[in-house]
Order: sequence, then structure tokens, then C-alpha cells
Amino acid sequence: MQAYPPPLRQGWSAPSGEAGKEGARIASLPILARAALHEFYAARAADHAALSGCALAIGQVLAQGRPCLWVRQEAFDREAGHPHAPGLCEFGLDPASLMILRVKDARAALQAGLEGARCAGLGVVFLELWGEDPAYDLTASRRLALAARASGVPLLLARIAAKARPSAAETRWELRALPSRALAAQAPGLPAFELTLLRARNGREGLHDHLEWNRDARQFLSRTATDTRPAEPALPSLPGAVVSVSFDRPRAPEPDLLPRREAG
Amino acid sequence: MALAEARALWPNLETEEAAPEADARFLKRASEICEMFTPLVAIKGRDGLALDITGCVHLFGGESEMLLRACRRLRSLGLTTFGAIASTPHAARAFARYRRNTIAGPAEDETLARALPVSALDQDQATSIALGRAGFRTLADLADRPSHMLSARFGEDLVARLHRILGREDLRITPLRTPPLLMAERHFPEPMTQMEHLLTVLARLMDDVANRLEARGEGGRSFELTLFRADGAVRRIGIETASGTREAASLVRLARLKMETLADPVDPGFGFDALRLMVLRSEPLHAVQASLAEGAKPEDEARALADLVNRLVARFGRENLRRLVSRDTHDPALAGGMAEFLSANPAMAWPAPEAGQPPARPLTLFAHPQPIEVLAEVPDSPPLRFRWRRMLHEVTRAEGPERIAPEWWREASPAPATRDYYRIEDQAGHRFWIFREGLYEDRNSQPRWFLHGLFP
Repeated sequence: MQAYPPPLRQGWSAPSGEAGKEGARIASLPILARAALHEFYAARAADHAALSGCALAIGQVLAQGRPCLWVRQEAFDREAGHPHAPGLCEFGLDPASLMILRVKDARAALQAGLEGARCAGLGVVFLELWGEDPAYDLTASRRLALAARASGVPLLLARIAAKARPSAAETRWELRALPSRALAAQAPGLPAFELTLLRARNGREGLHDHLEWNRDARQFLSRTATDTRPAEPALPSLPGAVVSVSFDRPRAPEPDLLPRREAG
Repeated sequence: MALAEARALWPNLETEEAAPEADARFLKRASEICEMFTPLVAIKGRDGLALDITGCVHLFGGESEMLLRACRRLRSLGLTTFGAIASTPHAARAFARYRRNTIAGPAEDETLARALPVSALDQDQATSIALGRAGFRTLADLADRPSHMLSARFGEDLVARLHRILGREDLRITPLRTPPLLMAERHFPEPMTQMEHLLTVLARLMDDVANRLEARGEGGRSFELTLFRADGAVRRIGIETASGTREAASLVRLARLKMETLADPVDPGFGFDALRLMVLRSEPLHAVQASLAEGAKPEDEARALADLVNRLVARFGRENLRRLVSRDTHDPALAGGMAEFLSANPAMAWPAPEAGQPPARPLTLFAHPQPIEVLAEVPDSPPLRFRWRRMLHEVTRAEGPERIAPEWWREASPAPATRDYYRIEDQAGHRFWIFREGLYEDRNSQPRWFLHGLFP
């Protein structure tokens, strides 16, 4: 009999990152609590690929090596294509830990999410919903949040082409893809995002940070902190430690700027 | 008799073109109905069914009662049915044709079969004529002759058939479906119309099966529930589990989930008159003692996960729960695929990405690359801007080309064109994987551009 679930391979696929007992921290932003529902909204409909990647990366840190249930609406196959395993590897995710469920509509996705959130064997449940759908309302979100609290399985819900509405989520984030810092010869660099905290239960709203996802360290690094490092000829391997950013500092420099070299 | 002759005799004769395929389909359906009597059913020839009823007779109150019920069941399909029961399938077939409603007891086969005409041997016309000329009328005439003489004159086949009909040789039927590992069934005296009652019966059958699985030290992986409706419709519902299980309660829950989500719901109609549960596949499963200690254990988590997989598969369909699989090929469209979660091999080798580089492959890939309109500066350079889904994207960063040739040794001719892939980023920070199909050097065809995937 085959061991079930399959053991995660040791080595590069072992998730690291700042995941404590209570949740995962993304750079300087507040901690994403485990055992809660977190909503992610795409700032523009075209940000859906960035949103999927970003949420999966956060999910992998939260999951701590346990499997992830990824529920996708059928619309995604049409609008965004289907998950591509080599791309997931390249992004620093472990394809072996993903269970991908394809569902017809938001109602089915929420049902599946609820089933997943009640299963203590999962590391994280990631739901992707496309467009406005009356099925996702206050009651549905409350149900998900309660299930997540009871089982301790974090629930990440990504919404694309939808307006934020009141819900029972612990935190609500908005994600926007940012132009990357170019490598040599104007090649696209590490994936960059802007993450804004729209709403948090503990009240620290409006925080935002420019992030870069480093798949080798499996970490989001605040770009304001890493911008000072030389980026040429190739990107240096970034250190694990993250310098947190104080909130009262002015906004990060415009991301289009080329990385500065340190004088002397 | 030829058709013209028949029409001459009876001018108003109605004729219909023969449809052997439709007949075969109908016979297949009839065989499914007969599965309520025994799981071992075989189709014999163009118009016969053979049922192996060994050990099933007592369920129907004796052989004559069973034969009557089977014939009545098939008659309800609009068939004219003749049946017989004998010790060997060949004897039963001969009796059904030439001595209707015979029920040959043990060791009675030969005495009864001797009276059958020689046509029961099903020989071709030449042999039948030869038998008639030689003065053979019944099987008794043949049975008393030494068999080597008969085989010298009429061939081995005739002797073999004769022996089978006389019950001297027993050749079992080959059933249409492989017999299950375990089976439990319940027949109702009156058709049952309430789904709730049906589920109660199912729970009992599950209990029965679970106990027998426990005695074998096994857990079932694949179950099949067969519902026999009074009007002859047969409905099969398959239940598959992620790991061996013998918990009756969770299996009943899965069956209920499955029935609730069927695209074509189970319709009781005039009621079901039999219910059968079969275990098609099982695997060793050892008894586990419930833990006395507090806290979740890895085994508990694994069980919870297997349970979740079962529920998701039952509710959303086996084909919708998938895992990623890798294939050993350089073609990006083929390298990463998805396979059904239950059937895919979980142990896959994934290539580790090159350190210090941004992702080289997109997170999502379109099944069909999306055509885009492109403005490129010079032939071999990445585009300056492109239009996809009516949106114009200004390209600010690009890397490439990465030339990927198709697997010409696999594809049929003509081989698809070579693709030059570019990783590009637009002014808004969205990253795309696009390619140019065909080369500018090739004067015969204009290169076309496609968008193949999206980067985060």
C-alpha cells in the first residue's frame, strides 16, 4: 500500500520562510494568522496570474509541508490557462503538494472550500473565484471562517474581477503586479508585487509594501529593503533575514528605477 | 424463404431491415437485467443468454420459481422467451430451444437430452443434411455410436457439442463482467420507491460487506452499487476511495453524496426490486487501534486527507480532482500535465530551478496558444508592443529567444514549425510567455505570434 499522502521530498521543496506557530509574515506586513480566512483581490483583472502565484506562495509557507487543496473555477482554464507544473517549480512551489480541483461555479467552489477547511490533514485551502458572484456573501464567508477556525486550516480566497464586499475574513488584501527590476539587457527580473492591506480585524489598515518573491529563499522580500543592493551582473542571492520597514517612512521609490549601486 | 416469395404469399407483409448492432445492444441490455439473478451472465450467440446460477437458487425460492421470474422479466421487454435449467450451459441452451421450460435435475441431463432432435447440435447445413441422410433423428441415435466413428464422419466439433449437451463435458460460461471479490444483495418482495429506505438497506449491505472485508483483512478501493428497477432499468453507481476502507458509515455517506450529485439523478420510478453491492477492488488493510492519547497524529491526518479525497471525488467527479504530473520531454506544452488524483503516481521527479534566476516557465499555460497581433522592430527581436484580447500591451522588458523545436519524431507530418519563445513584461508589470511560430528566413510562410502562458 502506498503511503498516503505522499511524503514531501526533502531538499529544495521543503518550505521555509517566516512561518511561526500563529501564521506567516510577509516581509514587513502584519502576520497572516493560521486558522482564518484571508481574502486577496486582484487590483486589475489582468493581475490574476500574479495573484495565483502570490497566494500559492503564501499558502505554501502557511502549509508547512502539508498538502494544499487548490480549487479553481472552470473559467480560469479559459481565461488564464491551466496550472503548469514546470512553471510552479520555477516559481518555487512544490507541485507534488497540490491537489487541484476544478469546479463549475462559485457555489461549488465554496462547497469544496468548506470540505477542505474541515479536513485537518490539509495544510492550506486556496480558492479562486472569477467575477462577481452572489454565492459568495457574508454568510458564505462566515461559514468558511468558522470552518477554518475550527480545524486550524488556513483558507486563502482569491477574487478576480470582483469588488470587495463586507465579509467575515480576517484580513483582506489587494494585489497588483509591479514592473520587475530588470536584469542585464532589460530582461524581466524577479516577480514583483504590491500588496496592500485593505482591511484587518485588528485595525491596521492601509499598510502596503512593494515585494519581490525570491523563490530560492522561498521568501517575500521588501523591495525597499533590497533596493540598495547591487543587482548586476546577476541578482545576488538574497539573505534570509528581512529588514522590516517602518510605516511612517515615505513610499518606496518608483519601481521602474534601476537598482542603485553603493558608492565606494 | 425469399422475401419475394413471402410477399407473393402475403401481399400485406410488413418488412423491416435487419439491424444486428441494435439487436446486440438490446441483448446486452437484457443481460444487464439478468444480472439481478446472478453476477455471472454471458451472451450466447445472437439471441441467447446463459446465466450461471450456482448458489443463487435459494434466493428466489427454487429453480422453477427463478426460471419463471427470469422469463417474466425478459417478457416485460417485449421478448418471446424460452428458458431451461440444466447442469451444463450447453444442455440448458439445447433444452431452451427444443424442450421449453425443462428443469433438468442432477444426472437427468443425459436422459432428457437423448430425446432432442439432431438440429440441437447447431451444425451447418451440409452436416445437418448428412446427418439426416445417415438416418440420425435424435441425439440418442448419435449417443449410442462410438464417438471415434462420428468424429471421422462429421468432425470433432459435432462430437464435442454432443458430449456437452449430454452433460458428459462441462464447459463453464465466460461472464461478461469479471465476478466481484465480494458481493451482498437484497431482493425486495415489493418494489421500493423511497430513496431513504433504499439507503437504509444500503447501510445494511455495507455493514455486511465491511464485516467480510474485515475478516479478510482488507479494505475496499472500488465499490459498485447496482440498482435494479422493476421496469427493467439497471443503474450502476461506482464509488472509489483514495485508500482501502471498510467503514460502513463513511461508505454510505459517499454513496449518498454520489447519488445527490449525479447529472442524471436516480429515478425510483415504479420502484427498485433489488439492490446489489459489489467490491471490485480491495487492498490489505490492517486493523488500527483507536488512539487513547490526545492530539492529532500523522496517521489521523492521513486518514482525514484520504477521507477528503473520497468526498471530493464523490461530489465533483473523479476527473475533476487532479494532481500535476511531469513528463520527460522538452516541449513545454507536454512537459507539465495533470492526471486524475486517484490514478496518478504521486512520486514524480521535479527538476530543481536554476538558482538566482527569475522563473523561466510560466505558472499557467493555455491549452491552445492565443494568437496575438505584434509589432516587432526587427525580425528576430522581441515585439515592441502586442495586442491580446483587444488590449494593447507596451513591452518594456524582454528576454529571448529561447528556441524550442517540436518533437518531430513523434508528430505526424507535416512537422509543426519551430517556436522562438520570449519572456516579456509590459508597462503595467504583467509578465507573459509568447512565441513566434516559424522563421523569417522561411519565405513560404509568414511567422505568427502567440501568447502561451502567464507569469506571476
